[in-house]
Formats: sequence, structure tokens, C-alpha cells
Amino acid sequence: MTMGIVSDPAAPAAVAEDTRRAERTDRIVGIVQRQGALAVLAVVVLFAVAAFPDFRSFDNSATILVAAAPPMLIALGMTFVILTGGIDLSVGSLYVLGGVLAAWASQYGLLAAFAVPLLVCGAIGVVNGLLIAYTRMAPFIVTLAALLGARGLMRAISAEGSKTYLVGDDTFRRIGNGSFLDIGYPVWLVAILLVLGMVLLSRTRFGHAVYAVGGSEDAAGLMGIAVRRTKVWVYVMSGLLAGLAGAINAAKLGSGVTVLGTGMELDAIAAVVIGGTLLTGGAGTIAGTIAGVLLLGVIQNLINQVGNLNSNWQQVISGGFLALVVVAQTYLVKLRRIS
Amino acid sequence: MTETAVARPAVDLSRLRDWLPKYGVYLAIVLLVLYNIFFTPYFLTWSNVRIQLIQVAPIVIVALGMALVIGTEGIDLSVGSVMALAAALIPLYLGYGVIAAIVASVVAGVAVGFINGVLVARVGLQPIVATLALFVGGRGLAVVISQGQLKDVRNPDLIYLGSGDLFGVPVLVWIAAALVLVVAFLVRRTVFGRRLLAIGGNRPATELAGLPVKRVLITVYVVCAVLASIAGLLAVARIQSSDASAVGLLIELSAITAVVVGGTPLTGGKVRVLGTVAGALLMQLVIATMIKHNLQPSTTEMVQAVIILIAVYVARERKTR
Repeated sequence: MTMGIVSDPAAPAAVAEDTRRAERTDRIVGIVQRQGALAVLAVVVLFAVAAFPDFRSFDNSATILVAAAPPMLIALGMTFVILTGGIDLSVGSLYVLGGVLAAWASQYGLLAAFAVPLLVCGAIGVVNGLLIAYTRMAPFIVTLAALLGARGLMRAISAEGSKTYLVGDDTFRRIGNGSFLDIGYPVWLVAILLVLGMVLLSRTRFGHAVYAVGGSEDAAGLMGIAVRRTKVWVYVMSGLLAGLAGAINAAKLGSGVTVLGTGMELDAIAAVVIGGTLLTGGAGTIAGTIAGVLLLGVIQNLINQVGNLNSNWQQVISGGFLALVVVAQTYLVKLRRIS
Repeated sequence: MTETAVARPAVDLSRLRDWLPKYGVYLAIVLLVLYNIFFTPYFLTWSNVRIQLIQVAPIVIVALGMALVIGTEGIDLSVGSVMALAAALIPLYLGYGVIAAIVASVVAGVAVGFINGVLVARVGLQPIVATLALFVGGRGLAVVISQGQLKDVRNPDLIYLGSGDLFGVPVLVWIAAALVLVVAFLVRRTVFGRRLLAIGGNRPATELAGLPVKRVLITVYVVCAVLASIAGLLAVARIQSSDASAVGLLIELSAITAVVVGGTPLTGGKVRVLGTVAGALLMQLVIATMIKHNLQPSTTEMVQAVIILIAVYVARERKTR
């Protein structure tokens, strides 16, 4: 754009003005793209506070946060995977599997209740990661197979889904239901893991490798980044977090419910994408993912508040939000590239 | 199945590698059928074959559309939701006759496909996200439309579509077979098919060659959604009731599996119509065999996972060579 003006006498000033404007647009577009979900969340929360007296109460906020804990963990793992340009469809199944395993293992004590689901789900994550990194099969199809395999495994250990293990360990159940400073333990745990995730992503070599692999795998390889190892690790993390989310949910419910979790992976992907992380990899933040998960959680809560509204509207509205956000993002990225 | 072929003393390994992804699925079917003939009682009875064909028909129809979309390097997650939408609309319009119900469900398919296509082709979204929006929203809308109720369908014409016979073969199977022929013709003998494959092979080059890429892409997604809506219609006709929250649940996974096992690469540029049918048949046979031998559904799911991985792995080798 600026090329044509160069011969003009007033060129330097015009060019400078042009660049300034371009930079400004670039900055604004960048902020909207990164913090769009947060802005929408703020608007929705303000509207809810104004319209629904019940929404304001502390209890309700605590309910929203506790309900958002498992999806938040899954979305955290998914953010890492998507940042490398991959996708993990197996997390919904792993979430259920983790819950059933935790409830079953709780009879052997607190440690087993966490260790067994983490080990099994982490192992499935390792298999995902190795297949994706070393055989170059598409992440979509590998994790689709893992979705089926993990669901099969869950059914195999729960007598085809008909047996619901009850949590035998009281300490384990207290972790799901107890609270510290009136905020539930799961929320504290999730908050700690989110902070750890942020530090890992923005302050460590591994985090930079994740961005680099997602930005350009070839370039990352040429820079001497261990592309394959990075890929394996993100799938392991995703599996571990999904298993942990299942364990926490089992602790909360006091049993390993076998019928939950269908479509959980797609909710997580939706939250990550709404949070401004690009599915092509290389760009996105955990802060955005937090806003995305909370946005979906608040919408669900609002729909429950509106008594006469059919709960199925929630899916319609979530789908609509997803389409809106993704379309807006695509245009913002285009705008940024042009200016 | 496919592993047995690898274990065989190979005369020429590279030729076998070329041959396996193309015809491995047929070989697996033949082996599985032979096994069943010898070890499964009542396998070769007409009533058993009939049940298997009726069960596989909706998956075949959905998988045909999925194969076209995958041929353009895309994916369509919304097919199950389209089936649900079609199912929800049928009871509303059945009062005006069976034609009105069919038109209503197909129109729903066209609408969904058009939205998907516009999001992918014009807005430039990744197919998985574009169709994810309608996957989430579409089924919700369907349940809202049907008010979450299961509705019985008593229209004799519609029931004939689902459980009637023509020349001794279920109408359902005739329809699926006809659609297979139509799609095969579309891919092999029409300009549309050539353009579709060109887009999947190399989209920038196709654009530079001046082909109407966006129009073709939108059409592909519309065709896929219409096929899914037909599958939804037939599912309602077969079970003689419309339950929007259950129809077509997780069928996107079965359809993608059938396409992938049938040897269509996820990277686009190639559509194997008969392979897709064979892929659907193979998965159906696997499930049927395991049920007949009293194996649990959990085992079936794990075996399915392994079959998918083997199929994709075998296809991948050919690509890197």
C-alpha cells in the first residue's frame, strides 16, 4: 500500500501516518482477537447481574466455578494440543474412564484414587502422542480411535456400563465436596493448575517449543527444537488432565458415572476456539481458554435461571456463539494481515 | 484381516504395499465372511443377511456424503445433527402427506449444508470448526423443535420406505444402493466430481486454474447434508418413531470410520465410493460377528479402534513412499 506514495514530496509524513494507523489497527484487532471472549463474558455477566437477582449471589458464582472445574482442566490440556496444531478427540472418553477408575480405585485409598486414573489416562496419552509424532498419522484419526478404545475400556471394567462404582474413601469424597474459604477444593486445584499451565506456556522452554511447533513444524525442527518430543508431551498432558478431571468429578459425585462425558471433547474444543486460540496452531493463550470455558458455563447457568426456557436451547446458543466467535476471529485475522 | 496379508510371504513387498490400502478392505471382508460361514451358525440365512443390510444402509448413505467432503480435504461433524433435524421435522409435516415430510427434511439438510459450505468456502473456516458449530447447535435445535418428545409415526407410506420390500429386498437397501450408484457416477463421470477431486488435491492450484472452488465446496457440503437428512428420514421410517435426541447419535464417527477404512485418504484428492461401502460393510460385519459370538460391546469398540489405526497406518505408508 505504501509503495506508491514513496515518490511523493510529502512521502515521509504520509508513510509515517500510514504506518501509525496500520499499527493502531493491528493493535486493536490483536486485543479484540485475544480478549474477545473476555469482553463477551463481561457483557454477559453484567447483563445477567442486571436481569437476574439470583445470579448475583455468592452461592451461584461458586456453583458456576465448581461446575466449570472439570471442563476447565480438559480445555487446559486441549489448549496445549491445539497450540501445536493438533487436536485431541479422546478427552471425553478419558474423562469418563478416569471417573470410573477413580471410583473403583478409591477402595484402596486416596493415593490409588488419583494414581490409577492418571496412570491409565496418561498411558493412553502416551500412545496418542507416539503414534501422532512418530508415524505422522493425522491427530484427528488417532485420537478418534483412542476415543473408541477408551470408551471400550471404560465399558469393559464397568460391566458394559451397567456397574456404577461408589467412592469408598471419605477423604477422596471430601476433596470433591469440601471447601476452603467458601470456595470448593476442586476450584483451588484447577486455579493452581491453570497458573502452572500459564507459567509453563509463557516462561519455559517447553512452552516456547509448543508455540514454535504450532507456528511451523519445519521451522521449529530446523531451529533445533525437539518437535516429536514436544508433540508427545502435549498429548500426555491432555490425557493426564482429562483423567484428573474425571477423578475430581467422581469425588464430587461420590461415584463413577458411566454415561457422562459424551461430546465433552467438542465442548472443550469450542471453549478453546472461543477463547481465541487458532485451530491452525501457534497462537492463543490460556487466559482466553479460561474466558471461553467460563462463558459457556455462565450461559448454561443463565439458561437454568430462566425457568421456562428449555434446557436444549443451551446447545443452540452455544453453537451460535461458537459460529459467531470463529467467524469474527477469521475476519479479524484477515484484517490484521491486510493492514 | 489386513495383518494376515502382511504375514504372508510377499513376492514383491512394494507392490503389496501399493495393493493393500486399495483392496485390503475387500480382502478383510472376504476373510471375515469365510470365517462366519464356517463358524457362525445361521450366518448364511437370508434373514440374517437382510438384517445386516438394513442396519448398514443408513451408515452407507451418510458415509457417501462424508467421503465426498473428505475428498475435498474437509470433514463434516454435523451429519448426526442433520439426521436429528430431519427426524424432528417429519412428524410436523407428515400431516400433509409423505412427500411434504420428505421435502421438509431434505430442505433442512440443504439449509445446514449451505451454512456449513458458506462457513468453509466463503468465510474460510476450518471444516472441523465450521461443522462443529452445527454439530452442537443442530441437535439442540432438533430437540427444541420436537419438544423433547418421542413421536410415533403411523403413516403407511413412510413405514413402507423403512420396512417394506421390493422384489424381496428391503426398500431401504434399494435406496442406499441407488444412492451409491449416483454418487459413484458423480465422482467418476461428471465435471463436478473432477472439480471436487481437484480441490482436495491442491486447492490453490485449482483456484488459479479458474475453477469455481467456492461454489463446488458449498455444493459438496449441501450434498453431504442432504444425504444425511435422507438417512435420518429412513431411520425414522424404520423404527417408526421420531426421537430427535437419539437419531444419528455418533453416526459421524461410524461414517468417518467407514470412509477411512475404505481407503479414502483424509488428505483429500481421492474418493473411493465402493471402498466406502466396503468399509461400512466391514465394520458392520465385525460388530455382527462379535455379537454372534457373545463378545461384549466394549470389546467391539476396542477392536474398531484397532481396525481404524491399522487402516490409516497402511494408507499412510503408501503416501510417504
